[in-house]
Amino acid sequence: MKIFKNFVIIFLLMTINNLNANENSERNEITKNLRCLICQGQSVYDSDSDFANSMKILVDKKLDKGLSEKEIYIYFKEKYGDWILYDPGLNKNTYLLWLLPILIFVFGGAIIFKSFILKK
Amino acid sequence: MKNKLIPYSIILIFLIIFAVFYKSLKDTNIYTPETKINNDIPIFSADLLLLNENSTSIEIFELDKFYLLNIWASWCVPCRDEHPILMSLSKNNKLTIIGMNYKDNKKNAKSFLDELGNPYEKIILDKNGTNSIEWGAFGVPETFIIYNNKIIKKYIGPLNQELLIEIQKIIK
Repeated sequence: MKIFKNFVIIFLLMTINNLNANENSERNEITKNLRCLICQGQSVYDSDSDFANSMKILVDKKLDKGLSEKEIYIYFKEKYGDWILYDPGLNKNTYLLWLLPILIFVFGGAIIFKSFILKK
Repeated sequence: MKNKLIPYSIILIFLIIFAVFYKSLKDTNIYTPETKINNDIPIFSADLLLLNENSTSIEIFELDKFYLLNIWASWCVPCRDEHPILMSLSKNNKLTIIGMNYKDNKKNAKSFLDELGNPYEKIILDKNGTNSIEWGAFGVPETFIIYNNKIIKKYIGPLNQELLIEIQKIIK
């Protein structure tokens, strides 16, 4: 019985912990994809600078207002440009970045197809 | 056919690599903030320093008038350096200077203005830094020139004599 009691207590503690973690998960998800513009190689989520802390508060505010993740990204992109997002969209500066892997894949595939499969 | 494909593909790969390097060699790898201009000013409402009242962007920024928004703080050393420039700009009656007090405490901000003079017509309080992010600012000091509710120019860092002349040319 004692073991059972302990087990229940531990289980409850674990679930409470889990609940707390979930509250911030959406904000964390968003701030991980936002670059801290005044830090070197850190996301807003990782950084504790003045700028990053203000960004976190603002993301919370926007979430409270009912903005979706995408709308928040668009909002920051309008203010600071593409650089603020770790996951840049397809535009004239990034088309090479997006298309090169596909090109290499297709090209490599063609070579393999030609040299191995057609040979047989 | 197979013999032709290999040299062509090698040439193609080299051309792609050359193009990528040629394009990126000219770019600096130091990030320079985009000074995106002609953006609309954000709509906000904030408390004012010295006046103890709340104000909105519509009340502060009127159409057909030049405004200079300066983000400052009493703890910011470059702000102290650029303050004389703001003081001399405040004498120009074509320009209204609005301040934004960034993450500061009221007492320090007031003694800063008592010591160096107050060039600002109104000072917006930005306690947690969210207001300045709405403006697309990076930190302190930062200066925006606003006309017809649009940001027409943005200066990151302290103002200097050269920029003073530039601003005077813009508002002429």
